[in-house]
Amino acid sequence: MTTDLAPGPKVDPKIAATADFLDTRLGISKMFKGLGRKLFPDHWSFLLGEIALYSFIVLILSGTFLVFFFVPSMNEIHYPHDALPVTMQGQPMSEAFASTLNLSFHVRGGLFMRQLHHWSALIFVGAMVIHMLRILFTGAFRKPRELNYLIGFLMLITSLLAGLTGYSLPDDVLSGNGLRITDGVVRSIPIIGSYMSFMVFGGEFPGMDVIPRMYALHILFIPGLILALVAVHLFLVFWHKHTQYPGPGRTDKNVVGFPLFPIYVAKAGGFFFIVFGILGLMGATMSINNVWNYGPFDPALVGAGAQPDWYMLFLEGSLRLMPGWEVVIGGFTLSLNVLIPAVVIPGLLFTILGAYPFIHNLVTKDTGEHHVLDRPRNAPTRTAIIVAVLSAFFVLLGAGANDLIATHFSLSLNAITWAFRILFFVLPVVAFVVTKRVCFGLQRKDRELVLHGHETGRVVRFASGEYAEVHQPLDEFERWVLVGQDLPKPLEIEPAEDVNGVRRPGHTKELRRQNLSRFFYEERVEPVTPAELAAAHATGAHDALPASAGRDVHELEARSH
Amino acid sequence: MSIEQSDHSTELTEHPATFPNPGLPPHRPRLGDEDPKAAKRSERLVLLLFTVSVLASIAAIVGYFAIPVDPETGSVGNTRLSTLIIGLGLGLGMLGIGTAAIHWAKSLMNDHDKVEERHEIAGDAETRSTAIEMFNDGAKDTDIARRPLIKGALGGALALAPLPFLVPLIGNLGGDWDISRFKRTAWAPAANGDRIYLATDPTNRRIKASDVTIGSLFHVMPWNLPEHPNYLDEKAKAVVLLVRVDPQDLKETEERASWSYDGIVAYSKICTHVGCPVALYERETHHLLCPCHQSTFDVTDEAKVVFGPAGRALPQLPIDVDENGYLVAQRDFDEPVGPSFWERER
Ligand code: HEM
Ligand code: FES
Repeated sequence: MTTDLAPGPKVDPKIAATADFLDTRLGISKMFKGLGRKLFPDHWSFLLGEIALYSFIVLILSGTFLVFFFVPSMNEIHYPHDALPVTMQGQPMSEAFASTLNLSFHVRGGLFMRQLHHWSALIFVGAMVIHMLRILFTGAFRKPRELNYLIGFLMLITSLLAGLTGYSLPDDVLSGNGLRITDGVVRSIPIIGSYMSFMVFGGEFPGMDVIPRMYALHILFIPGLILALVAVHLFLVFWHKHTQYPGPGRTDKNVVGFPLFPIYVAKAGGFFFIVFGILGLMGATMSINNVWNYGPFDPALVGAGAQPDWYMLFLEGSLRLMPGWEVVIGGFTLSLNVLIPAVVIPGLLFTILGAYPFIHNLVTKDTGEHHVLDRPRNAPTRTAIIVAVLSAFFVLLGAGANDLIATHFSLSLNAITWAFRILFFVLPVVAFVVTKRVCFGLQRKDRELVLHGHETGRVVRFASGEYAEVHQPLDEFERWVLVGQDLPKPLEIEPAEDVNGVRRPGHTKELRRQNLSRFFYEERVEPVTPAELAAAHATGAHDALPASAGRDVHELEARSH
Repeated sequence: MSIEQSDHSTELTEHPATFPNPGLPPHRPRLGDEDPKAAKRSERLVLLLFTVSVLASIAAIVGYFAIPVDPETGSVGNTRLSTLIIGLGLGLGMLGIGTAAIHWAKSLMNDHDKVEERHEIAGDAETRSTAIEMFNDGAKDTDIARRPLIKGALGGALALAPLPFLVPLIGNLGGDWDISRFKRTAWAPAANGDRIYLATDPTNRRIKASDVTIGSLFHVMPWNLPEHPNYLDEKAKAVVLLVRVDPQDLKETEERASWSYDGIVAYSKICTHVGCPVALYERETHHLLCPCHQSTFDVTDEAKVVFGPAGRALPQLPIDVDENGYLVAQRDFDEPVGPSFWERER
C-alpha cells in the first residue's frame, strides 16, 4: 500500500490513504475525473429547484421525527385529564388526534417539528410550482429535456397527494372536512364513484380505515415515489448538463459556469443550510395548524372561514364558482356541479401542463437541441399563454377566498361569485393580449437600447443652441444579450397543389399546423442587426461627444422625439 | 442581398447578417482579489458566522433540557418557549453554516468562469450502428422472430400476472362494497317498529316540541346514537338541523304538510354539494348556509337552494311528537342524504 497515488501531482497525505481505499474499491478517481470539475451555470432562478429539493429533505427529516410519536389510529379514546391543553381534557377523540396533541404539548420539540414539517410542505410545493414556471417561461423544457419536464410534472402531482394525505392525518375538524370534500368529489365520478368512495374509506365515510391508509401512503409510498423521481430528475440534469441564460461566450454547444468542486458544492451545500435555517425559523416562530383550536373531528362540526393549504385552494375556488347543475340521465345521477370543477377542469389543466413540451414540438416542428434559455420576452406567445393560464389559476385562488373577500370588503357574496365567474373566462384573454404587447414592448426597448445606448444624464449644448443628452453605447458583451436571440420563423409549407395542379395529400393538416405556427411566431420584433446599428451610428448617434458637435443638428432633433 | 435592398447594398456588404458572439467577458476582480485587507475581512466574517451557528446549536440543546413540558410541570407557556428556543437554535445553527459557506464561496473562492464543451445527447452514427447491431444480435439469439407464439404467450402471461396481486388488494379495500348503505340512516325505525327520538347533539337529550322557540336552531342527532357501533359513520349521515319558524312563513307542498310540526322543520345537516355540515343559520332570512362553498338553503321553502353550487335541496326529515310532547322521526329520509352519487335515484 502506498500513499503515492499517482506518479504526477501529489495529494495531501492526510487524505491520500482514504482516497486510495475508496479508489481501489469504488473507482472514485474515475468518478471524480468525470464529475469533479463539471461546470454549473449560475443564476438565481436555478435556486428554485434547489429550494424544492432541500424542503423535501427537511420534510423527510421532520416527518421521521413525527412518525415516532404519531399514532395513526381512529380508535376512540378520552383525552387524559392531566394532559394539555385543558380544553381537550376528557374529550372523546381518535388516537391520531390525541397523539398529535401529545406531540404538540408533551414531546419536547414536537410542536416545532410539526410546524417545521407543515411549513416545509407549503414551501416545497410553492418552490416546485415556481420552478416549473421558470422552466416554462424560459423554454427549458425544449428538446432534449421534455422527458425530464415530465418527471418534474409527476413530482408535482405526487407532492399534491403527499400534501393531501398529510393534511388528513391529525384527524381534527379541518382535516376531517377535507376528507369529507374528497369523498363528495370522488362520489361524483360517474359509474365507479360510489365504489371508489368505499375503496378510499373501507366502507362509508369516515369509517375506521382512512387514516391508517393515508398514513401508509404518506410516509412510505408517496415519499418513496418522490425520492425515486428526484433521483432520476437530478441524474438527467447532470446528463443533459444544465441550461444557461444567454450571455457573451455562451452557446448551445458549451456550458459556462463554475466547477462542481468546490464552488458549486459550497454554494449548493451552503444553500441547503440556508433553506433549512429559514424553514427552522418559520417553524419556530410562525404557528400553523393549531389543531387544538379546531378540536377533534366530528362529522357535525365545521370551522367557518377555514382555508385548506394553499395548493388545494384553487380546487376549493373552482367548486365555489360552479353553478348547481345536476342532471339525471336514465335514472343515473350526474353531478356536473362537482364533476366539472373538481375533476374535469383540473384534469384538463394538468394534462395540458404535463403535455406542454410535446404540444410545443408538435406545433412548432422545433427539432434542434436547446441549451441556451429564452428570455421570456423573446417568446411572446408562449409567455402570454403561461400568464393567461396563471391568471385563471389566480381567479380560482381568489374564488377560494371569496367569503373572506366578502366579509373584508362588505360585498355581496353573490356579486363576488359572478365577478369571479366572468373573470375566469375574460381575464385569461386580457392577460394573453396584454402580456404579448408587453413582450413586444420590451423587445422594442431592447432594440432602442442597442441602437442608442444608455442614457447618461449628461446633456450637451450644440453650437446652434440645441440641447441633447449624451448616450453611452453598449459594449459588445452587454449588447450580445440583446441581439443574440435566434427567433423561430413561422412554418413555410408547400402550396396546396403541386406543379401539375394536383392537390397534395396532407395539405389541410399542414395548413392547420402552419396556422398554429403563425399564431406563435408570425408577429415578431427582430433583434438589431449589425447593419442597423451602423446606420444608427451613422445618422448622428447620441453617443456623439461634444467634439463631434459639428454634425447636422436637425438629424439629432429628428431622432430625439 | 435581395434586390429591394440594393440601394443600401454598399453599406450592407460591410456587415454580417447577425452579430458574432463576442466570447467570455473579461473577469471583474472582487474587492478581496486585490485588497488583502478585504479578503481578511471576509475570512473573519466567515469565522463569525460559523461561530454563531455553534452558539445557536448549543442554545437549542440547553433549551431542550431546561424547559419541562411534561404533564406535571409543563404549561402551554413552557411548550411555546421550548418550541421557540429549539426552533430558533436549529434555524440559526443552519443559517450560520449556510451563510458562511456561501460567503466563503462568493468572496474567497476562485470565481473565474470556465467553459466546457457540450456534446450532442444522441450517440454519434458509429455508436448508434454498434448499438443497433448489438440489439439485433441479441434479438437473433432469442429466435423470437421465428417463434411468434412465444411472443404472444409472454405478453399474455405478463398481462395476467399482476392480477393475483391487484384483485385481492382492490377487492379488500372497499369492505363489504354495500353502497346501498348510502341510502339508509339511523332515523329508520327500529326492528320492533319503535320510532327514533330526536336528541340534541352532542348532549344526547330528547327535545320537547315546546322547547323549540321560534327562531331557535337545534343541532340534532338520533337519540342514543353514541352507542351505535358505527357511531361516526351513522352520525355523518344522520345529523339534522331543527328550526321553528312562524307556520305562516312555511311554504309547504301538500305532500309535505304532515312532515313538520307546528312550524318545526327538520332538514339534513349534510350539504348536498360535497357533504360539509351546513352549520350556519341566519334567523332574519331563514337561510341555512354551508361554510364550505356557501350553498344557501331556504328553511321556509323546503330547504331549496337559493345560492351556491349545491344542486339539490337538503332532504327533509318527517317529524312528529309523541304523547309526552317529545319530537320523534316518523321514518327515515325519503331520499339519500349528502353528496350525490351515480346510483342515487336508483
Ligand atoms: C413528500 C412530501 C411531504 C409533504 C408535502 C407532507 C405534508 C404533510 C402535512 C401538510 C402534514 C400535516 C401537518 C400538521 O399536522 O400540521 C403532514 C403530517 C405528517 N407527515 Fe408529512 N409530508 C411529506 C412527507 C413526509 C414524510 C417523508 C414523512 C415520514 C417519513 C411524513 C410524516 C408525517 C406524519 C407522521 C404526519 C402526522 C403528524 C402530525 O400531524 O402531527 N411526511 N405531512
Ligand atoms: S359542501 Fe356545502 S357548499 Fe360545498
